[in-house]
Formats: sequence, structure tokens, C-alpha cells
Amino acid sequence: MRLNCPCCGPRGLEEFTYRGDATVRRPESPTAPAQDWVDYVYLRDNPAGPHRELWYHGAGCRSWLVVTRDTRTHAISDVVRAVDVARADKEGAGS
Amino acid sequence: MKLLRQGKSSASGDPSQSMRTTTGNGIDTSRTIHFTFDGRRYAAHPGDTLASALLANGVRLAGRSFKYHRPRGILSAGAEEPNALVELRTGARREPNSRATVTELFDGLEAASQNRWPSLAMDALGINGVFSPVFTAGFYYKTFMWPAAFWEKVYEPMIRRAAGLGRAADEADPDIYEKATTFCDVLVVGTGPAGLAAALTAGRTGARVLVCEQDSLPGGRLRAEHGEIGGMPGWQWAEQAMDELRQMPEVRIMTRTCVFGTYDGGTYGALERVADHVPTPAPDQPRQRLWRIVARHAIVATGGIERPIVFPNNDRPGIMLAGAVRTYINRFGVTPGQRAIVYTNNDDGLRTARDLHRAGATIAAIVDARTTETPLARDMAQLTGAKLFMGGAIADTYGRLGIHAAVIREHSGLTQRVPCDLVAMSGGWNPELSLTTHQRTKPVYDETLCAFVPGTMPAGMRSAGVANGTFATPDCLREGTTCGQDAAQACGFSATVADLPAAGTESYAIVPLWHALPLDRPARTGKAFIDFQNDVTAKDVRLAAIEGFRSVEHLKRYTTLGMATDQGKTANVNALAQMAEQTGSSIARTGTTMFRPPVQPVAIGALAGAARGRHFKPDRLTPTHDWATEQGAVFTANGLWHRAQWFPRPGETHWRDTVNREVRTVRTAVGFCDVTTLGKIDIQGPDAATFLERVYVNAWRRLPIGRARYGLMLREDGFAYDDGTTARLGENHYVMTTTTAHAGSVMQHLELCHQWLWPELDVRFISVTDEWAQLAIAGPKSRDVLRHIVDPAFDISNEAFGYMAAATVTICGGQEARLFRLSFSGELAYELAVPARFGDALARLLMKVGAPYGIAPYGTEALGVMRIEKGHPAGPELNGQTTAHDLGMGRMLSTRKDFIGRAMAARPALTDPARPALIGLVPVNAGDELVAGGHLLPAGAQATAAHDQGWVSSAAWSPTLNGWIALGFLSNGPARLGETVMVHNPLGNSVTAARVVSPVFVDPNGERLHA
Repeated sequence: MRLNCPCCGPRGLEEFTYRGDATVRRPESPTAPAQDWVDYVYLRDNPAGPHRELWYHGAGCRSWLVVTRDTRTHAISDVVRAVDVARADKEGAGS
Repeated sequence: MKLLRQGKSSASGDPSQSMRTTTGNGIDTSRTIHFTFDGRRYAAHPGDTLASALLANGVRLAGRSFKYHRPRGILSAGAEEPNALVELRTGARREPNSRATVTELFDGLEAASQNRWPSLAMDALGINGVFSPVFTAGFYYKTFMWPAAFWEKVYEPMIRRAAGLGRAADEADPDIYEKATTFCDVLVVGTGPAGLAAALTAGRTGARVLVCEQDSLPGGRLRAEHGEIGGMPGWQWAEQAMDELRQMPEVRIMTRTCVFGTYDGGTYGALERVADHVPTPAPDQPRQRLWRIVARHAIVATGGIERPIVFPNNDRPGIMLAGAVRTYINRFGVTPGQRAIVYTNNDDGLRTARDLHRAGATIAAIVDARTTETPLARDMAQLTGAKLFMGGAIADTYGRLGIHAAVIREHSGLTQRVPCDLVAMSGGWNPELSLTTHQRTKPVYDETLCAFVPGTMPAGMRSAGVANGTFATPDCLREGTTCGQDAAQACGFSATVADLPAAGTESYAIVPLWHALPLDRPARTGKAFIDFQNDVTAKDVRLAAIEGFRSVEHLKRYTTLGMATDQGKTANVNALAQMAEQTGSSIARTGTTMFRPPVQPVAIGALAGAARGRHFKPDRLTPTHDWATEQGAVFTANGLWHRAQWFPRPGETHWRDTVNREVRTVRTAVGFCDVTTLGKIDIQGPDAATFLERVYVNAWRRLPIGRARYGLMLREDGFAYDDGTTARLGENHYVMTTTTAHAGSVMQHLELCHQWLWPELDVRFISVTDEWAQLAIAGPKSRDVLRHIVDPAFDISNEAFGYMAAATVTICGGQEARLFRLSFSGELAYELAVPARFGDALARLLMKVGAPYGIAPYGTEALGVMRIEKGHPAGPELNGQTTAHDLGMGRMLSTRKDFIGRAMAARPALTDPARPALIGLVPVNAGDELVAGGHLLPAGAQATAAHDQGWVSSAAWSPTLNGWIALGFLSNGPARLGETVMVHNPLGNSVTAARVVSPVFVDPNGERLHA
């Protein structure tokens, strides 16, 4: 399997570390309802199809990446830097 | 090697090779080499396979079958061989289960048959055939069930002796294996007409083309047939095409290279057999090389595999695939029999009669399952003088160690016995489409071809030629050309297609033939084998259907069909066609089992490559490693690191003597220890303090420049993750230390926190673990020693540089260094960091200037004893299951800020005082040993899990207290100081009374720290 790192180009799987679901977001406040924290820390969907997930390019540029992978075929349809996604999300939430 | 391409049509001149009746396009008859099989010496020619050489010498019996120990010969001429599995070489290089059909012969090769005792011709376990009703489908499950006690003592040893193929070498493999990665625009797998046409077309565009051929010679079936391409024999055209490809600078050709798997994202696995064809690899040459090929486009031109016909006793030596017979004649000059029967359901099989006839064999009969006589059948019968049986079948065969007669059943039902020593059978061809299915795309059934052909293809893959269900040579050339053109164009190379060379079209015209005789007839005669390697018969498939194992995946697992080294390459389609018939379904609906990599067996050694023995993982050496080696240090593995465990001195007879001396040295004088392995992360930026606040549980904003602080990190689920000290060196500059174990993962964690959670924070960090050598200098005399090293401009008095101070200093007259007043041992102590290249010099300097103070190096064991004496948690305490509360650090958790783990750490269950929390333990009876891992139960309680109240996490002999001490976790522990608990150690079968005490055994008030 190969991932097309936005910084480094296409690289082999062994350079990356998988983390998991990129659709869950950390609650803004430690005093958010307990259920929000349980959802964030423990609950994950297991979709058959495109899935946005976090990968770490530890043996490359050390970027965290948001990878859209089809769980049925391993086809990678999108790879973007997590920091760009996070910034866009925060700006969207702030406006 | 000069190949003899023209010449005599008779034998090569070596009298021993009696079946070498003609010249072959793949052998060099000008030279003779020798090999042994089961100890007997035979002659052969360069270019031979072990199989062709055995056949040349009239050896038909090659092995015994897996289950029934039936005599078996050579079925095929390729990688699909199920029968002729042999042991190659001897000693450490002995390799079992090697297919004789793909084993390239070299002078001196030693080969031996397998699965026979005492000898191949006289096999005692052949009696399994007599008891064969026991060994039908599912026999393991049905037979070896009761009584249960028999399993280990009787059944398993018996099965292991009787079954199993070959013997692995008893010694370590002396050869080396390599791994490599390569990239290309177009990968072409196979060098038959389709593959070569594709490679030529793509190569001529300038695209980077990689051509892989599993054989030693190019051409594929062109070497096995008479057909011409471009006015020359097909195999000559193939060599000419290879010559042209070799001239192209962007084309790379890899022979003896089997592409065995298709993986995600255009990645392919391939095995290059670099030195399998020579006695031993040249010095430093690998035996095999495992390739990872990254290809933008791939063209699968892997040809096809012929199917046997399922008839009673169809497994005797001398019954071969028709295509294989032609290979042995045309490529190797070997005629596998003198009196042959050709049995076929298609035109391709029919033409075998012609090749046998030209090679001088007598054709006893042509049995064609098709009922209507065709001109080709009539021509073949006329040419060869054979009797033609249209609509006929072979109903049985005779010959214990090799066929000597067959019973032919005419279309009318009449039978006659026909003497023969060879049956060339063809049930039609299956496209070899494995590579197209590894990405879980399914093949589809083609009624006209009576075979599965590739269905939806994975992205970037095309198939051409027989692999794609295209049989006629001109069509193969055309399809290969188109695929090569399309693939090159998809990579951005424009292709102009040259004229295709002329080639003859030969008909195929197959009818379905899944069994020679109607299945509903009782099998009076003999076993009709479908899977030769696993001894699965037509009856087994029928039984599986009756017993309800009807899905092809169930059929496979119940009967073992399609398992083992050949993965049912010759068996699968015949089996599922019979299952379809049994269940009244179509073949298309019955479907086929999933193919998985590898297409052919790959040795574990090749998959491991260089990563074996001490190269299984990399070694990380500390900057003082060489010095410590000189000192006679004993090393221990700490993750990838090698750390000095202790430094023995003459007269010390037990490691504990050494450790006790090292501890006493630190407690009374001064010692030093390399702590470089702790993770070091340099953190800078205006938001660095905010960032630290969010990753640590405690407060950081008010940490002054020039001070360090202990910090605890949690995971987001609220459990303790890692700890260490972080020092503030400048306004926006911090240096964090992590535990050795988590150095990498903390770095990754910080990156996630910054990039994903808080990208707005203006902070940057980098790991500097390997950039700085860091030595701990500990003991009451440590300051005195440092005064000799740190430049006088820096005041390191207790007043100026107190406990937890941190500063950039210079040492030895101007060398930059970092000094931290940190203590893991509990003594007055420092950590001095210098650029890694000076670590060795610093250790030597410390030994020199520290000598008057009695300095000694200490290792990780003394370090561990002292941290237990001081009650500092380490790996055994930070085990991923303990909370800040459990560690006695509950009050560190700030309530004035958000930090990783805060919300979840507040869950009631994580702060319950009844949770086991950190305590110290000393034995009630002085001298009793405390053992880590022991469980804590109340005195007098029964030793059951219900009474379990905690555990011992770390234990050590304390030379300072002159007794055993331990750290542990005890329910309500801090409230139970003074209580006696029992330490249960079921592994050591001991119960020890221990008193609960404070976890800080030495200097509880910290006076030494601040001295």
C-alpha cells in the first residue's frame, strides 16, 4: 500500500503509522458532557466504504495526515495534511 | 551457454539418457552434466529441469502421494506441479517440497524423493490405500475424535509420521537473502507472445518497463510448441524480442523472477531466484531476492495452466498433461513415452499426437471426448496411425509403479484394454489469472472456453493472451500490443504500433469434460483424482456435497482440496465443476475460491531477508558504549538500546555484589550513569508554555527560566502515559525528557496534539535524543567532581544552582553543555548533556577527575535499585493501567486548565480511593525476599482472586536498608501504612508477610536532594 503524502510524494506503507478515525473531534471543554468524551475516546463507527482516518508520516515529514480510504478496497481517494483540516475546521467553527 | 538449435533428430549421444530422442530448443546437448536422485547418478544437459532430466533417463516414479502414499510421477512441466515434489541438496541447504518441474539442473545436484519409507518403490505406508475408506473427505474430523486421550499420544504422532511432505533442514540456512524495491511505469509479467508484444510496444515508447519472467528462458509456451512467428520458430522470435528489449535503456528484464502477489496501490511482490540454479551462491551473492515492485501499470500475461481429466486411476506415473508432454519433447528433447494414448476434449490436446509422432513415439490411441469427428482429429489419427475414439473415455488404468495399460471405453460403451506407457491428457486450459484476483476482484466463467477469465481488473492492471482467455497466437500478439500501448499512453508516453508479426492460428474448440465417466455410477474401478497433491478424489467432492459442504470455501476446507504448495492449480476448476453438477447449479453460480498471494511458494528466508538473528532489529548504542565496553560493562537490552547494566570489578562473584557496590558508591561518594536513552524533545515558540500545560497534568506557566519541573502526562482516557522533567532554558525554549520506552511515541503524540488538536498554537519541536549525550552524576561528591569540569564562570554552588536548576553552561574551557540539577537516585545529583560526539570523552574525563572522590560508573540495575529506594515510579508502575491517583500524584492534576486526559481522569472509577495505590513494602521477617509480580492479599485470606487487593510492581535488595524492599499497588494503600499483607507468589510457590510502608525508603524529607 502506498500513500501520496502532500509533503513527500508517494511513499510506502512502512513509513506511516495508522491511528484511526479522523471524524471524531475532541470536545472543546473538559467540562463537556461525559457522553461527549466517551464518544470521542471510545466510540467508533466501522463503515464499509470511504473512511477518513489519521495516519502519521513518522519516517518522513512527521506530518499527521487525513487519509480517505475505502475500507472495502483500500483505494485511497484523498490525502491531506491534518493541520490544514484542523485549521479549516476551527475557522469554520469560529465564523 | 551456446544452445544447440539445429541438429540431429536422434539421441544426444549419451547412452544413459534413453528417452532423449530429439533436440530441444532449451537445452545445450554439447555438454553433459550429472546429478543424483535417491543416490543414483544420472546424466543430463545444461538447460534441463530435474523433471526433464529424470524423464530423459526413464525415471517415471518421482514421489509418493500425501495421504494414500500412491506412486506418483511427473504431471506437468511447470510451476503448477502437484506430484513431483523432492528434497534438494543436503545438510543445511536441504530444501523440501521443491518442484522438480521448475528445478534447474546443475552439475552435482543431489535430489531425493519424499514421503516414502523405506524406499520409493517399496513404501510401507502405501497400505493406507487399502484402508482408504477411512481417509475420505473430512477424515481428520471423523476418525481421530475419540477417545480424547488418544489425540496427543497416538493420533497426532501417527498423523505427523504418515503425512507431511519432506524434511526441513536441521541447521540454520547458511545463505543470505535480500530485499529490494524498484519502480516502473509498466510491469509486464510473463514473456510469452502476449507479454513480449506488450513489452516491445511499451518499451518502444520510452516508458520505463520492467519485464518479469519466472522461467530462466523467455517464450512461455512458444518453447513448447511448433508454431512460427514472423517466419521463424516461436521461441526464436521470443529470443529476438528479448534481444531488442535488452537494447532499450529504459527496459529492465528480470528472469527467474516470479511475480507472486498484487498488493494495494500498484505494489507487487516478486521473488528473484538469484542462485537457486547453482550449487551454492557466489560469495556475498544472495540465494534469493525479494522484490517490491511499484508499477503505475501492470500487464498480466501469465499464460494458462492445463487441467487434468478426472478418470479412475488417473494418477499413475506416465499419465501427464498433454501440454507438458509437448514441452518435454520440444524444449527438452525428451519423449516421455514410447507408446502413448492422447486423451483430450479440445484441439490443442489433439496436436500432442503429432508432436509425439514426430519424436518417434507410437500413438496407441487418440481418445477424444467430443462425439463428432472433426477434420483435425481425423488428420491426427491418419498422420500418426492411431486408432481414433470419438466420444470415448479412459475408464481405468493399470501399472503399479507406472502405467502399462489403459481401458478405453468407446462411445458405444464397449471397453478394450490398450497397452501404453504414456497418457497425454488435456481437459482444457485455465487462464492463470491469480494476479488479477488478489485485490478481491472476482473472475468470471466463460462458457465457450470452459474456464474462468479475469473479471473486473484492479486499477492500473490489464491482462493479455491466454491469461485473459485469448488463445490463438495472433490474437495474443494483438492483445499484448494493445495493452502495452494503452499502459504506456496512460503513463504519458505516445505509442506508434509496429506491424504485428505473422503467426499461425490454431484452433481450440473445447467441450466441457469434468469427469470421464458419469458420476452417479458407483466407483467400482478406482480412485479418480481431482487434487493430486492432497489426494482428493471425485468421490470426496461428492461426499462433501452430500454432507452439506457445498460452498467452494467449505469444500476446500472439508476435503483439503486446493491446499498446500500447488494451491490446487490443476484441481480447482475440475472440483468446483463437479460440485456444481452435484448441487444442480452452474459453474458460474458455484464460483471459485479466493486466490491469495503468493502465486507460488515463497521461502520464509526470503520474506525475512536480512532481518534475522541479531539483525532482526537495529541496535542503538549510547555515546559511551565503547568506553563502557572497555570498562567490562555487562549490557542489557532496553527496547532497541543497549545499556550498561552493571560494571563488574575483579573479586565480585555475583552481579548483586557489583550492584550493591555501585549503589553504595553513589550514596556515599559519587557515581555516574549514561541516561542518553531518555527521550529529549526541544520545544520552542511563544506558545510553548501553553502547549506544555495541555500535554502535562500540572502547571507550567510560572516555571522560571533556568528551572526544571517534573511532569506527568495522561492518555486521553485518563490513565498515566509518561513522565519526565522539562526544563526552561529561555523565554520560549524548553527541553522535555521522556521515558526511554516512550521517547518515540511521545514525539508522535505531541505532533498529533499540535497538528490536529491545537494547530493555532505557535510552537515547534524536534527530537534531540540522539544529538545530546546525557550523563547523570549522582552522590554527595557530585558537585565537587563537576567543579573540575564546568567552567569557573558558572557558579554551581547550592545557593546559585539549587535543586531543579537548569542552565546552558560551558565546560572544559568553552565547550557548550547543558546542566540540570535533577535526581532519580535521591542524592545530590546532576545531569550533564554534551553534544553526542563528546559523550565518550566526558565519561573518560569523569573517571579521571572523579578518581580522587572515589567515582565509579553505575549501570541500569543500580539505577533501578536507587529509584525503588526513593519511591520513583518507572515502567512497572507506569504500565498503562495506573492513574495519577494510583501513583500518588492525584493532587498534581490541575483544575484550572484543559489537558489531555483531564475529563476522563475525573471519572469516579479512576479516583476511587479503593483503587490500588502506590505503597512501599518491607518483609516482616528480615531477609525474606520480595518478588515483583506477587499479589497482595490480606493476612489469613484464602488465595483467591476475590481477595486480591493489589500487586508488587518492583522489588529490589536495598544495600542502603540492608534488606528487601518493594513498590506495589494496594487497595486503599496510603491509608494502610503499618498493616501486614501477604505477598502471594504462585510462580515461586511462596507466601511472604510484608509490612505496608511509605514508598520513599531513603531520605523521605529530601535533605540529600537539596544538600
